[in-house]
Amino acid sequence: MDVQPASPVTVRMQPVQSRTILTPPDGARARERVPLGGGRTSATVKERAIQALLAACSTISILTTAGIVAVLLFETMEFFRTVPLWDFLTDTEWTPLFADKHFGIAVLASATFLTSAIALMVALPVGLLTAVFLSELASERVRRTVKPVLEVLAGVPTVVYGYFALLFVTPLLQSVFPWISGLNGLSAGLVMGIMILPLVASLSEDALYSVPQSLRDASYALGASRVQTSVRVVVPAALSGIVASFILAVSRAVGETMVVAIAAGQSPRLTLNPFVPIETMTAFIVQVSLGDTPAGTLEYQTIFAVGTALFCMTLVLNLVSHALVRRFRQRYE
Amino acid sequence: MKSFADLQREQAAWLARRRRRDTAFSIAAGLATSLGLLVLAALVIDVLHDGLPRLSWTFLTSFPSRKAEQAGILSALVGSCWLLVLTGLFAFPIGVATAVYLEEYDTTETRFRQLIEINIANLAGVPSIIYGLLGLGIFVRVMAPITGGRSVLAGALTMALLVMPIVIIAAREALKAVPDGLRQGGYALGATRWQVVSRIVLPSASSGILTGMILALARAIGETAPLVTIGALTYIAFLPKLSLSGLQEPFTALPIQIFNWISRPQADFHQNAAAGTVVLLALLLTMNALAIFLRLRLQRQREA
Repeated sequence: MDVQPASPVTVRMQPVQSRTILTPPDGARARERVPLGGGRTSATVKERAIQALLAACSTISILTTAGIVAVLLFETMEFFRTVPLWDFLTDTEWTPLFADKHFGIAVLASATFLTSAIALMVALPVGLLTAVFLSELASERVRRTVKPVLEVLAGVPTVVYGYFALLFVTPLLQSVFPWISGLNGLSAGLVMGIMILPLVASLSEDALYSVPQSLRDASYALGASRVQTSVRVVVPAALSGIVASFILAVSRAVGETMVVAIAAGQSPRLTLNPFVPIETMTAFIVQVSLGDTPAGTLEYQTIFAVGTALFCMTLVLNLVSHALVRRFRQRYE
Repeated sequence: MKSFADLQREQAAWLARRRRRDTAFSIAAGLATSLGLLVLAALVIDVLHDGLPRLSWTFLTSFPSRKAEQAGILSALVGSCWLLVLTGLFAFPIGVATAVYLEEYDTTETRFRQLIEINIANLAGVPSIIYGLLGLGIFVRVMAPITGGRSVLAGALTMALLVMPIVIIAAREALKAVPDGLRQGGYALGATRWQVVSRIVLPSASSGILTGMILALARAIGETAPLVTIGALTYIAFLPKLSLSGLQEPFTALPIQIFNWISRPQADFHQNAAAGTVVLLALLLTMNALAIFLRLRLQRQREA
């Protein structure tokens, strides 16, 4: 943590790249920047204070994680004082807001699984194909126009996707399959798939794009076509990056809230039927939050217990994804 | 034994098959790419079709109401602006400070640095609703004497933590892009580290940092789940006072108002939701355009 004003030059060893650096940014005032002999100690004190302040700011990220874990654990432990963990994991009913209370997380988890699975069935193949198209097949001009549009797709607020699912996709589905109810997992899952598609496409594209050109050249030299090269050489070479993007997509789908809260309903049901109203873990948290639930009640603790389950699932997925990306980088950099 | 002509014919057939397969795959990939674009077009057209007829000056300047045709988004719009400004005020200095620390100060692989990096990477992947639970537990309950409970301050603090990883990652990229020669030039002139950072590195990285900040705020303005979780009320028929105590007042925001209208069964309210969405998308488009403008200016600077 020691500040040595002269050392940074040795820390960054890159060679001097251009001549412009010899001119100070505003030459007229360059003189006052030089600490004079008398100001040396006070300058050092100031430097140390600034570094300490910056370090303190960067601990916010650690504190945020600690805060999340602390809040979730505290309320969840209170929750498990009333509800046995065994019931939480094995009960097949979820009725925390009724007089006869049951807390079977499997009910909410089944809905989360169903909507996520539908979303991934859309996002993974379409996202990967999009990535291959943009990275390997499309011209530079197409690539440069399509990528920003996909970024727009990623920037649309989730509540807008909820609106789209409920009032556009569901009526569309109902016109084909009239027996589908107004709230259902299918419509929510499909729209969620479109929502996470840009994530898969852009991360997979990064992975494909960073595969060394020499691999493609070698494949062409053996007489392979462009598509053969893409599918049999580039995609396998970028596999860990692609899988990492898939896992992040799973994590995003599991944690997605507004689309399912709006379009899939709030009726907890242990089913994998995509045509009926269901309630995911996230939708339950929204449902309870919309009512006025006083702190300390069992209902209040329930959303933290569900949140803990959700946090653990996404944490594991994110860690696996990061590990895969790191492995991929090591191989090619 | 096959003749040479036979072999030639076989190879021609094989090549034709391969070409067909290639074309089929390319078309499939192109179709997949256009699916995303088509859905985006359908979404925008659907929202515009439903919402534009309802959009008017009175819609922008009226408070929410039980009657759909009298309802407006004034309090939601003002609430979103409050949220935007406060989130920026909290997230910007802390996020940039963290990025500066990681890129300019602690450049060796210390334990502390690794710990921060792991935390940032994981926080970027935490679902937004979990941030809502964090806000509910800490900012709404524990810090109630300061935040006033379910207030605009609690909402902004929650949002600031949510977008912090985005700000940090963008700012780090911007700092990395500053050529090392500039730093060395500063040190050669005898500047201290902070002088180099504050007068050379940060000004050079400013457009990149600002672009990241705008994109982070664009994310914040569209987030709904964390605000619902900390209990942002939906029926707010007043504007927060422009004072410190105004920070402690309950609030509503555009996405919350839209969610509230979608959740109602009447089609009239759905139309309001669409009109509100048009406003929200217009806001987002403006922010993104600003970010693109800054990015272009940045590119031109680099080329010059």
